[in-house]
Amino acid sequence: MADTPPSPLARAVPPGKPALRPFRKRSALPGFSLTFGFTIGWLTLIVLIPLATIFLRSAGMGWAEFVRVGFSDRAIAAYRLSFGTAAAAGAVNAVFGLLVAWVLVRYDFTGKRIIGALVDLPFALPTAVAGIALTALYAPNGWIGRYLEQFGIKVAFTPLGIVIALVFIGLPFVVRSVEPVLADLGKDVEEAAATLGANRFHVFSQIIFPAIAPALLTGFALSFARGVGEYGSVIFISGNMPGKTEIAPLLIVTQLEQYAYAGATAIATVMMLASFAILLLINVIQAASRARYGA
Amino acid sequence: MSPSLLSARSVSRRSTSEGPFARLALISVAMLFLAFFLLLPLVSVFSEGLKQGVDVFAEAIVTPDAISAIKLTLLIAAISVPLNMVFGIAASWAITKFRFPGKSILITLIDLPFSVSPVVSGLIFVLLFGANGYFGAWLAEHDVRIIFAVPGIILATVFITFPFVARELIPLMMEQGKADEEAAISLGASGWQTFWHVTLPNIRWGLLYGVLLCNARAMGEFGAVSVVSGHIRGETNTMPLHVEILYNEYDFVGAFAVASLLACLALVTLVAKTVLEWRFDLHGGAKH
Repeated sequence: MADTPPSPLARAVPPGKPALRPFRKRSALPGFSLTFGFTIGWLTLIVLIPLATIFLRSAGMGWAEFVRVGFSDRAIAAYRLSFGTAAAAGAVNAVFGLLVAWVLVRYDFTGKRIIGALVDLPFALPTAVAGIALTALYAPNGWIGRYLEQFGIKVAFTPLGIVIALVFIGLPFVVRSVEPVLADLGKDVEEAAATLGANRFHVFSQIIFPAIAPALLTGFALSFARGVGEYGSVIFISGNMPGKTEIAPLLIVTQLEQYAYAGATAIATVMMLASFAILLLINVIQAASRARYGA
Repeated sequence: MSPSLLSARSVSRRSTSEGPFARLALISVAMLFLAFFLLLPLVSVFSEGLKQGVDVFAEAIVTPDAISAIKLTLLIAAISVPLNMVFGIAASWAITKFRFPGKSILITLIDLPFSVSPVVSGLIFVLLFGANGYFGAWLAEHDVRIIFAVPGIILATVFITFPFVARELIPLMMEQGKADEEAAISLGASGWQTFWHVTLPNIRWGLLYGVLLCNARAMGEFGAVSVVSGHIRGETNTMPLHVEILYNEYDFVGAFAVASLLACLALVTLVAKTVLEWRFDLHGGAKH
């Protein structure tokens, strides 16, 4: 609506009202102060003030204390595990999420609609349910675990189990990020490349992949960010050995149970700053890709 | 047909799509992956729950602790979902019907709870209202319990599910514009009349979609609720927390029986979501 001239309705504002509001553009619709005020108030009360307490508490404990509890050996091991397993799961999801999105967008086969709906299962299934189900499957006597056991592969109660849980949690982020971009990709460019002599591999690597790369990266980042903070699906399968299979969110809970509020706060602060950095990165990627493709 | 055109065609087909064999291989690998990572966990929930027969399964669901967990979960959803629904509608009305500076910052702030770990979402309320928190002493003095009580669970759930309805409605209402509402107002309708008779019918399916996702998360939330609940049986135990307790007590059948109920909730959510997407051409929740 930016380029259209002011509508006649906008001029129908009663003459008693101020001619121009400095904050918002005039509109014929009512309810701005009510809805805007409620939005800001509720947001501040429920989200902003509670989140600010984390930083307030961290600031209150002093730098030396913050580093001591926020970067203890145990905390660093937990960060390494959380970020490492989340990155590994994000990478697995980037590969298989792209494959699933590709199959769902490009091919027709029976049961496609059901499969498409099933992809969202990790969004709908409570994380604790996913956690105990995966543990039951991958435990040494589980449906999958017992076969892996024969090859000497242990999944449950090892970092590999954490990766499995995070793959489950993060998969829909990649599929749902890539799917619309893949669907919007016109066949004409591919056909042009083909008539110019490119083979299928070249078409994919030179034409398709660059176009979906930003969406794929977004999906990876979303899956990664979710994985770093994930708790419910991981704690059952991870075994929770301090320094070995203890993820950062679990360490926060452990600290809280020992009334070590400073430790819990400092670790939460480090994790939150990391998450915000990832969020910022996603926005930068999206802005860059928008600028490039002019969408 | 000239031979050159024929060869150009076959080249084009070879290069714009995969051969039948490659196609089959790609579909098979994708399906195998989904079967192992999505389908098998879902099936195992029901299979483990029913391991010792339907009677044991049913018994686990009707224990007093399980019943009270189910009731609490329903109560939490019944309070937090409407709150976020009202917020979502108000926020998307303000954001999509008016122009003001800082709009994209506001949208980012509304999305903020999505990028916070569930455990941290619980922790912030402990830091505010816990015994050692900013308002802890005042609350203790006035004998108000928030942490390790139902209000804390509601607060954490509202925080976790905060963006769901708003993020569904904002793109939808942005796309619909405000011409309908302007027409209603110019014909003499009041603001409320315009909302009830023009806006609400326009957005109802999108709203239902957002409410559906919000509800699934509100009922299934584990991490945030676990931190603020205190795990008091029969009092502050929601269904996901009850699953954890039973599991940690090695009552696997009980844990999976209650988990099956939650899995049914997930399935109902998925079916309803798919029907909405399919009938009303709505977009998926993860799309931006």
